[in-house]
Amino acid sequence: MSFSRGSRKIFDDISLDISRSKVTAIMGPSGTGKTTLLKLIGGQLKPEQGTITMDGNNVHQLSRKDLYQLRKRMGMLFQSGALLTDINVFDNIAYPLREHTDLDESMIRSLVLMKLNAVGLRGARDLMPSELSGGMSRRVALARAIALDPVMVMYDEPFTGQDPISMGVLVNLIHRMNQHLRLSSIVVSHDVPETMSISDHIYLISGGKIVAKGSPEELENSDDPWVQQFIAGKADGPVPFHFAADPLMQDLLS
Amino acid sequence: MMNNIQLIGHKLIATVARLGQATVFLYQILLTMPGVLIRPKLITKQLYSTGVQTLVIILVAGTFVGMVLALQAYYVLVDFGAEDSISQMVVLSLMRELGPVITGLLFAGRAGSALTAEIGLMKSTEQLSGMEMMAVDPMQRVMAPRILAGFLAMPILTAIFIAVGVLGGYLVAVHGVGIYEGVYWSLAQTKVDFYTDLMNGMIKSIVFGLVIVWIAVFEGHDSVPTSEGLGQATTRTVVHGSLAVLGLDFLLTALMFGDI
Repeated sequence: MSFSRGSRKIFDDISLDISRSKVTAIMGPSGTGKTTLLKLIGGQLKPEQGTITMDGNNVHQLSRKDLYQLRKRMGMLFQSGALLTDINVFDNIAYPLREHTDLDESMIRSLVLMKLNAVGLRGARDLMPSELSGGMSRRVALARAIALDPVMVMYDEPFTGQDPISMGVLVNLIHRMNQHLRLSSIVVSHDVPETMSISDHIYLISGGKIVAKGSPEELENSDDPWVQQFIAGKADGPVPFHFAADPLMQDLLS
Repeated sequence: MMNNIQLIGHKLIATVARLGQATVFLYQILLTMPGVLIRPKLITKQLYSTGVQTLVIILVAGTFVGMVLALQAYYVLVDFGAEDSISQMVVLSLMRELGPVITGLLFAGRAGSALTAEIGLMKSTEQLSGMEMMAVDPMQRVMAPRILAGFLAMPILTAIFIAVGVLGGYLVAVHGVGIYEGVYWSLAQTKVDFYTDLMNGMIKSIVFGLVIVWIAVFEGHDSVPTSEGLGQATTRTVVHGSLAVLGLDFLLTALMFGDI
């Protein structure tokens, strides 16, 4: 699959498989198009070449109605949470249930409370999104993403900007949900230790290409200098820290 | 010289392309309307924020416009001994022109800018994308109820503007400059034609309402999701909305009252 924004190539003929009931991580430096990849999988963007299939359905060949049917089986945790700001936590989680099911309100209430309990925020059901911390927003968004019991959940940078406690809770939650609900999970992140601790398979993306793939152990033991630099977070290596520029001394004296 | 011509050409093409995008956008919204009509709650919520919350500014502006009209009419008409016709001038001006036009301008400034900011913020905080991924169509749940509410709110606001304007004129004419109360109301009644004056004014307000909310919702949806982009989109809504009201007013007036 290839995808460009204007003249900039974001993905250049990449190919990847997401295994059922496993946690697949997509990692790479900032700006490599990890979020774009999730939007392509969700059918919000269209590849300029190639196909994306889910359960045998070519996502971009589906009619709008069929695409929406498919999306009911996908959950997505946005980086910002993307909670609807004019309704409270309870109504945010009830929203997809009210839209897509004919369940009565008492059943919806039970389901919402169970989802909120799973993320530890049953007591916060009456709060508005503006009253939540970043970590709480992410957990509410996670509860909403699993409201319709999807078969696949996509997590966009779930750990970014979290304090250690929230991060630990989120790592645990994603791991537990994958174990108990047998979800197929795609985690997009550049938080290396947290993501590696819960992943079954990892793809490393850079410069529009997949530069490495394998299990966390395989990548840890890789002797590829790019992989080692990314995993260890070293400034020196094949990935330059500085944007292309003239030498500093030349710049200062010019 | 060639560069300037090229620049004008580029701008013209960009404007036509944007108009085309906005038309397709409106068409997509109109396709989702049946789904909105079966959810009246969505519309009433938007009627409150676009209509009810604009009411105060409409009441205050309408009263003062009516008072000023009456005062200016008196200063002119008194020289001809025709000051009794104040109400005719006040009522006809408000119904035919000032009611729909000033309500439209205030609506673009108050409700239009709020709509653009709200939708632009929903876009920048990924709420619209979030709805898409929940298999909920934002065109139907977010855009269409706002278009419909604006379409319904504008004629009601215009009618209120005209009513309080006539009352403002009454205060100045009767209690200010001493016109006989019976003359004020009887002339206001006899010189107004229901279809030519009131209905044409209402038709104008419906057209203005639709155009303003169309511009506001499109600008919000099309805004660059940054604070600067949002500010620019809000400004465009007020400027384009106001200019559209004034331009369309000329066109509609020529069609309704003139021989052009």
